[in-house]
Amino acid sequence: MFEPGSFLYEAWAARYGLLAGLATTARLSGITIVIGSLIGILGGVALSYGPWPVRLLLRGYVDAVRGIPVLVLILFSYYGLALLGIQISPFTAGVVALGGFCGAHMSETVRGAIESIPIGQTEAGKAIGLTFWQRLRYVLLPQAIRRLLPPWVNTAVEMVKGTTLLSIIGVVELLLATQQTIARNYLVLQFYFAAGMLYVLVNFAISQLGALIERRTAHFRY
Amino acid sequence: MAQPLLRAIDVHKRFGATEVLKGIDLEVQQGEVVAIIGASGSGKTTFLRCINLLEEFHQGEIQVDGERIGYTEGTHRRLGETAISAQRAKIGMVFQSYNLFPHMTAEQNVTLGLIKVQKRPKAEAVETARRWLDRVGLSERRGHYPYQLSGGQQQRVAIARAVAMEPKLVLFDEVTSALDPELVAEVLAVMQDLAKSGMTMLVVSHEMLFVREVATRVVFMEGGRIAEQGPPDALLVNPKSERLATFLGRFHGVFR
Repeated sequence: MFEPGSFLYEAWAARYGLLAGLATTARLSGITIVIGSLIGILGGVALSYGPWPVRLLLRGYVDAVRGIPVLVLILFSYYGLALLGIQISPFTAGVVALGGFCGAHMSETVRGAIESIPIGQTEAGKAIGLTFWQRLRYVLLPQAIRRLLPPWVNTAVEMVKGTTLLSIIGVVELLLATQQTIARNYLVLQFYFAAGMLYVLVNFAISQLGALIERRTAHFRY
Repeated sequence: MAQPLLRAIDVHKRFGATEVLKGIDLEVQQGEVVAIIGASGSGKTTFLRCINLLEEFHQGEIQVDGERIGYTEGTHRRLGETAISAQRAKIGMVFQSYNLFPHMTAEQNVTLGLIKVQKRPKAEAVETARRWLDRVGLSERRGHYPYQLSGGQQQRVAIARAVAMEPKLVLFDEVTSALDPELVAEVLAVMQDLAKSGMTMLVVSHEMLFVREVATRVVFMEGGRIAEQGPPDALLVNPKSERLATFLGRFHGVFR
């Protein structure tokens, strides 16, 4: 069971490479989701309340980025930007492409969540003299969080899976690390299965985090 | 006569091509309880909402306690967000659909404005909130969320939220219209209590008995104008205009 050529032996032999790949995947996903969420909150608020030139610009960004395949975005931010004289590492290119993609999705999610809150909430906030930012901070966003959590988890999980596409531009994340391992030991089924399970694990952690926040904010109903 | 607390001068408001307010002139003195009645579409709610800038108006002027509301002097340019928020803080408003903040307890609903807008210390805000919740008969419910309260209780919290800010003027926009009939009385009782304490109130209402009993003056709106106004007894029992008589006829049996 532990002789050379068995899965456990080969997995142990390749542990550093695989864990490094997993770490890269986690780091990429984490950075992407954080950047995407920040873009999403700002973008969503601006899409809901910004002056029309800002809204128009953001609308263009959201519709374009959502309509372009992620792979094309990745290839563009690595090869395309290089042709324009902007040299960035594959990792950075990945963050730019996936962060931008994530931000576009999150912006729509946040906009939808804010706009689904009844207008009476805004009016009640206005009536007691809250300023725009106070209304956002104390009235609208706390209610929006609840509504945007499920789609937020969806997008976050998509981003983790999306990091696999970065193997194409040479980022050694979990998938590419797995492929490199397989190239040495030819245990195709076992290692792809193991990698798949690791992705499931990461995504399960994210959905649990989402569920936790959902419970924390579930102290009210309508 | 002293300077009126509320003075509206020739207020016009359009929604697109439709003019819904065709020149409203109204003065309300400190301590008056003015009821605005009229058919739906007559502009009474819109006028109320203009007073604290939930609606923009296109012409004319509204002053509260001598201060021009919402627009710059001379030109009709809208004031900045901060200035408008400060003006709104001095005017209370209670809505037909309560509009309590669902993620906050009754007490937090009341303290939010006290703490964030009036910058009062938390302990003082909580004390004020409890006093008002007690006054509207809800001291037992201060830790409840809106979904745990009945419509009448929610509306009483909403009234506490508005009056705890010690506004100069409180606007009531058909506050009992969304309530089950058996819950209307508890809300009207709170409003009657406030009226007796000398609060200046502008009340859009279809509760004619309440209007007759509590209002110091009744204003009848019709087609975006004030058609008739006067003391409730005179106006409701002996309407001068045909339109008001027809309108009151729908409340048949209440007055005659």
